[in-house]
Amino acid sequence: MASSPTSPLSGAAAIVGIGATEFSKDSGRSELQLACEAVLAALDDAGIGPEEVDGLTTFTMEGNPEIAVARSCGIGELSFFSRVGYGGGAACATVQQAAMAVATGAAQVVVCYRAFNERSGERFGTGMQDRPMASTADRAQYSWFTPFGLLTPAQWVAMFARRYMHRYGATGDDFGRVAVVARKHAANNPAAWFHGRPITLEDHRNSRWIAEPLRLLDCCQETDGGQALVVVSAERARDLRHKPAIVRAAAQGSGEDQQMMTSYYRPDITGIPEMGLVGRQLYAQSGLTPNDVQAAVLYDHFTPLVLPQLEELGFCKPGEAKDFIADGHLELGGRLPSNTHGGQIGEAYLHGVNGIAEGVRLIRGTSYNQPEDVHNVLVTAGTAVPTSALILGAE
Amino acid sequence: MGGSLTERLQALAGRELTAETWAQDAVNQPMIRHWAEAMGDRNPIHLDEDAARAAGRDGVVAPATMLQAWTMRGYAATVAGGPASPAAAELAALLEEGGLTSVVATDSELEFARELRLGDRISVTETVESVSPEKRTALGTGHFVTTVKTYRDQDGEVVGTQRWRLLRFRPERPAAPGTAEQPEPTAGTEAEPAAQAEPAVQPEPAEKPRPLRPRPATNRDNAFWFEACLEHRLLIQRCTACGTLRHPPGPCCGVCRSFDWDTVEASGRGEVYSFVVNHHPRVPAFDYPLVVAVVELAEGTRLIANLVDVEPDRIRIGMPVVLEWIDADPQLSLPAFRPAGTEKN
Ligand SMILES: [Zn+2]
Repeated sequence: MASSPTSPLSGAAAIVGIGATEFSKDSGRSELQLACEAVLAALDDAGIGPEEVDGLTTFTMEGNPEIAVARSCGIGELSFFSRVGYGGGAACATVQQAAMAVATGAAQVVVCYRAFNERSGERFGTGMQDRPMASTADRAQYSWFTPFGLLTPAQWVAMFARRYMHRYGATGDDFGRVAVVARKHAANNPAAWFHGRPITLEDHRNSRWIAEPLRLLDCCQETDGGQALVVVSAERARDLRHKPAIVRAAAQGSGEDQQMMTSYYRPDITGIPEMGLVGRQLYAQSGLTPNDVQAAVLYDHFTPLVLPQLEELGFCKPGEAKDFIADGHLELGGRLPSNTHGGQIGEAYLHGVNGIAEGVRLIRGTSYNQPEDVHNVLVTAGTAVPTSALILGAE
Repeated sequence: MGGSLTERLQALAGRELTAETWAQDAVNQPMIRHWAEAMGDRNPIHLDEDAARAAGRDGVVAPATMLQAWTMRGYAATVAGGPASPAAAELAALLEEGGLTSVVATDSELEFARELRLGDRISVTETVESVSPEKRTALGTGHFVTTVKTYRDQDGEVVGTQRWRLLRFRPERPAAPGTAEQPEPTAGTEAEPAAQAEPAVQPEPAEKPRPLRPRPATNRDNAFWFEACLEHRLLIQRCTACGTLRHPPGPCCGVCRSFDWDTVEASGRGEVYSFVVNHHPRVPAFDYPLVVAVVELAEGTRLIANLVDVEPDRIRIGMPVVLEWIDADPQLSLPAFRPAGTEKN
């Protein structure tokens, strides 16, 4: 049951523009060009000129500096710029940064962006196998797994998945269903890489092992592309051309004994405590509860970690996500239609930023798989790392 | 030619692989001096005429283990290769036919008939002594090929022999293109212990060495752990103020905030807490499928390590395991675990 928001952040800002390049496997352009195209497209969608932008936010593992984007897009002076750490876990934190900047007056118009050639350039999924080593604590943490051949994101996630299966009796099919729903939604989304190409559970079962218990179809893609979002105050948003997606809540979380992708040393590794922390903040900030959320965009770099997200965010009890999914609740008509753009499995892997854009479309009512009566959408960022999430709402 | 591959390989026994080949130089003092210096051999009988006579020799004698050095062809000729004898060509063709493209030197036995004196001229011949039946080893399936090199002097008298055994095998799993299979010491259960092979005398063209495992990024907080691994000791960091064990290690105790710590050596017993079986991508430093586990030690801390000598589909969470070591390369030894009850003697 909804109550009053407790945070001055809740309702202060809105996402008023979204813009992206095409999503491909070989963009044929520089990463900076992709970033500029996405930023300018988002501003055009918002109906705001680049010269009005005074803030930029992005997150690490981004190759395009804020100053290069500003210079190339004719943005001019910046009074706020912020780059959040820990890769995909920070996707929603870029909006939190923007909303805080807008709420405090540090900036008036903030653009959040992500752009890369992660398929045709340096491939993301190959992980740490040939990254240089240094003696910083940041690098030293990899010493505990790369010499053993535990090198890639899929392998890191597989370790959690195995323990989750052991504890709750989940099976490969339970992971497969996440991919099947994503591809079903992507099949209906012309912007999705897998547009028109749904899969069956049988296809999932027959796909090859990547890192047992993960199969190929448990893994998202690698994408070339860019995505940007424009954030302004809720007040300004009312005068713009689209129905605003109000930032009802925005939070970050790092759990106890947090590691990058390998938090294997906690008493239990079947949950995502940092997502639980984020969820508690979202509901407290906004005064909303899981029952007030009609749709979700759940970070799906790998299917197994979608399940504990549902549990940590209060949509079902620990261990029950497999039943929630098997009962069809992630589909249109279900309790929580999710990843209606196709997710990162089906649409594109822009490290979560394309999912935020889908959250905006769900509020606008313009998703290619639009459920009825969507008032609030919960969007999450990367899991197994320090993470973040948003609740976007209609006015 | 008929017969199984094994029969045809074994039929090579007694055939001459290398026809009589004479040393390029007579036994001489400068080469002995260089050898003795490089080897750290300070025995004066190799360098000093009087000392040699005092020791009952007629003059300076060459170090015995230098025997094989006299007939080496030199670096350039070894790299360039040269015409093979009919038997050598036949052996190469049979090995290729069987896919026995990988090689590891397992051992070498030297026998010395007499000491070599300055001015001796040495020749060598090499013959196939035997080829084993097909053997399954942890490295792969193949044959042990034993050859004998016979060294003679200017009068045709035998001065020494060298028995040289190689395992020629099909790698257990196909190697990535452009990489050579290289044995991992702990991987071998059936393979004979790999002796120190001397690449200069190995009768094979130099193969591209296997890439090393990724290096740990070591610093003041974690170097002690990897250094202990080189001595095959698995350490757990312990806060000396409150006694809490912690892994991965760090400079400060999260429980009591003390910066003081020491280490305890793990018992080496634990159980599988979770595990993955890696198939893709295949990184040349590793064999696939590659099993990586989170092992919970009896002491209560967990660590990531490889599981060895167990079929992936036999692994279970909760399975008891015991410590083992992987000597990946001279700079890197890592803990690994095997199912309890399968310890090597
Ligand atoms: Zn302490």
